[in-house]
Amino acid sequence: MTTRLTDPGALARHREALVAAGEPSRDAIAVCGGTGCRAQGAMKVFEALQTEVEARGVDRRVNLRATGCHGFCERGPLLLLLPEGVLYQHVQVEDVPEIVEKTVVGGEAVERLFYVDPSTDLQHRKEEKIPFYRRQQRLVLRDNGHLDPTSIDDYIALGGYSALARALEMGPVAVLEEVKRAGLRGRGGGGFPAGVKWEVCRNAPGDLHYVVCNADEGDPGAFMDRSVLEGNPHSVLEGMTIGALAIGARKGHVYVRQEYPLAVQHLTHALEQSGEFGLLGEAILGSDLSFDVQVSRGGGAFVCGEESAMMASLEGCRGVPRRRPPYPAEHGLWGRPTNVNNVETWATVPHIVLRGADWFRSIGTEGSKGTKIFSLVGKVNNTGLVEVPMGISLREIVFGIGGGIPGGKAFKAVQTGGPSGGCLPAEKLDAPVDFDTLLAEGAMMGSGGMIVMDEDTCMVDMAKYFLRFLASESCGNCTSCREGLLRLHELLGDITEGRGTRDTIARVEEIADTVRAASMCALGTTAVNPVLSTLRYFRHEYLAHVDGDRCPAGVCKALISFIIDPELCNGCTLCALRCPQEAIAGEKKLPHTIEQELCIKCGVCKDVCRRDAVLVR
Amino acid sequence: MSEAPAVDPARVEVILAGYPQGDAGSLVNVLHDLQAELRYLPEQALRQAAAHLGLTPAQVFGVTTFYEGFHTSPRGEHTCTVCMGTACHVRGARRLLEQLERDTGVSVGGTTSDLSLTIEEVNCVGACALGPLVLIDGEYHGHMTADRLGRLVTEFLEDGKDE
Repeated sequence: MTTRLTDPGALARHREALVAAGEPSRDAIAVCGGTGCRAQGAMKVFEALQTEVEARGVDRRVNLRATGCHGFCERGPLLLLLPEGVLYQHVQVEDVPEIVEKTVVGGEAVERLFYVDPSTDLQHRKEEKIPFYRRQQRLVLRDNGHLDPTSIDDYIALGGYSALARALEMGPVAVLEEVKRAGLRGRGGGGFPAGVKWEVCRNAPGDLHYVVCNADEGDPGAFMDRSVLEGNPHSVLEGMTIGALAIGARKGHVYVRQEYPLAVQHLTHALEQSGEFGLLGEAILGSDLSFDVQVSRGGGAFVCGEESAMMASLEGCRGVPRRRPPYPAEHGLWGRPTNVNNVETWATVPHIVLRGADWFRSIGTEGSKGTKIFSLVGKVNNTGLVEVPMGISLREIVFGIGGGIPGGKAFKAVQTGGPSGGCLPAEKLDAPVDFDTLLAEGAMMGSGGMIVMDEDTCMVDMAKYFLRFLASESCGNCTSCREGLLRLHELLGDITEGRGTRDTIARVEEIADTVRAASMCALGTTAVNPVLSTLRYFRHEYLAHVDGDRCPAGVCKALISFIIDPELCNGCTLCALRCPQEAIAGEKKLPHTIEQELCIKCGVCKDVCRRDAVLVR
Repeated sequence: MSEAPAVDPARVEVILAGYPQGDAGSLVNVLHDLQAELRYLPEQALRQAAAHLGLTPAQVFGVTTFYEGFHTSPRGEHTCTVCMGTACHVRGARRLLEQLERDTGVSVGGTTSDLSLTIEEVNCVGACALGPLVLIDGEYHGHMTADRLGRLVTEFLEDGKDE
């Protein structure tokens, strides 16, 4: 049974009824249903919980809910007990009977599932006390771990769509002014002030204006937008609807990566629900605002994250960027004025409308207001999704929240901004994370991927990795990008394979300058950032490759060899059994040796050795 | 590579019927739906789509080959995908892909001659905490090692033969 909400009062009454009925604040177990936890078996845990509470006849006592991503992927599958906020981590199906017996029936906690901080050995019962969460400021992600993303009632009960009601009361101009004054900058990478863009689009002449949500989150190592769409799709729709009001748009599009099927599913479901509730479609909440949203899937092209390429793709064409100006705000989708913002930006809008520009401006730095979500990944202990106030230091994120580098290894670099970004070394760890500082240091905010690298990461190999990626994702329109990136990839190949000289490095710098200067869109002009930033901060690693034929990190195959330490090897024969080349010889219980002529450096021996006797030289 | 069976034009028409005639803007979505049904995009289906949407076959082929998500040759019954995202890369994804290519004798993007397995890479699936990550028919296998992957695929291919 659905309720069509015909005015803001009806929305408020519906919320009151939900809260009075105890939804969703009554005792609940929120199982993280984010992709990370799902991949670790979270949905099996969820189903086992359902079966168990039914079998025990206690299913009325607890509200079981699969939510969006809680962020702490490293410790998944995660279970959050509401309303207290007690966190169980690494929960497996085998733990379910005990959880139901002790927690649901007995009302006590299963202490062995609490998080133990490896650096202090302190056990934490509540989520908010865990350093990973304690140092964050969760705004956009606040409700992700609490609501069922397939339930519009959950969203409404937690205050959802009250920002839209407020916006309708304020009127378009006041909303626009509020967003402008808040200083909200686009979270997709460019950092352009959202309110200014909205205003240009609003003032552009035309019979039909569009708002578009860019959810083509293509940066490898980034999953912020995915988690928001999967975990709280209504927050994005609410933001877009407020934007449509302010801009005077009647149609909206969400362009989602095809690699995110769950996001498409949750968003499509949310769209249907909003339509039934009268929160999308004609006469929204009884006002004269009419707005429809359509979901489109991408085709797996990174360049479509660039807004003009994305619009070409939305029109059913090859995703080739267009020349700007004219900007999309004036001449966008099908030639109409179009305002494009990304998922996180749209999801931030309701918070600004509800709590005001002054509140939003109180978070962050002078030039970068509010919070930013990062996906903290790579060689870091606490992999996951974090939301922090702008201006926090990289050190606080990597070490305070991320818990530092695993295995006692040394920190080498943190890469921000995806393939267009840069790698910052240890000296820059105290730099504040905001749009302008990161840019000045040769990296960029980007959409929020933050990849930590340790001493075992080769920076030349890293630059080559990004070039390979970008060369294959270049749309091919500009010669400088299409050919330049291929040549750069070849030259870095020369360096990593021991054929490079100092001249090779000079040639790399020369071509990089040309690619940057002569390419049209943001993909081409920023594609050389990973090369230039590694040359800026890690030139010594390039020199070790070309001068000394040495890969200091032990990554570049042509420059390394695998050997077995006779002191450590106990002759267990495991490596010899697994070697695909039969390159390892030796008697049982005696040290083995690797025949270098036969070795293809696949590293299987190193993987399987239980005594760490295989060394890379 | 063995010949894929011809596609029944009626199966294509059923999908196209879901989209208005001449609606060129829905091409990318049409291709997704066709591929979900047919597992790849044979020339004949693309021609039907072109006729339905009022586009030339060249326009449709151009769009199809632009996007990495679309395949114009038959795919294996199963797919093994190695995530090549940055987080997986720093944890050794390239070695996994090389191992897979060696074990199957197929290079990335290719399909085994018996059409049982396709090997591919993906830019990132956003499950970075589990890297390096391999997907077999969309199911995530995290914290993969070259050794474990070798055994996993061997088992997988042998299971397929038993059926």
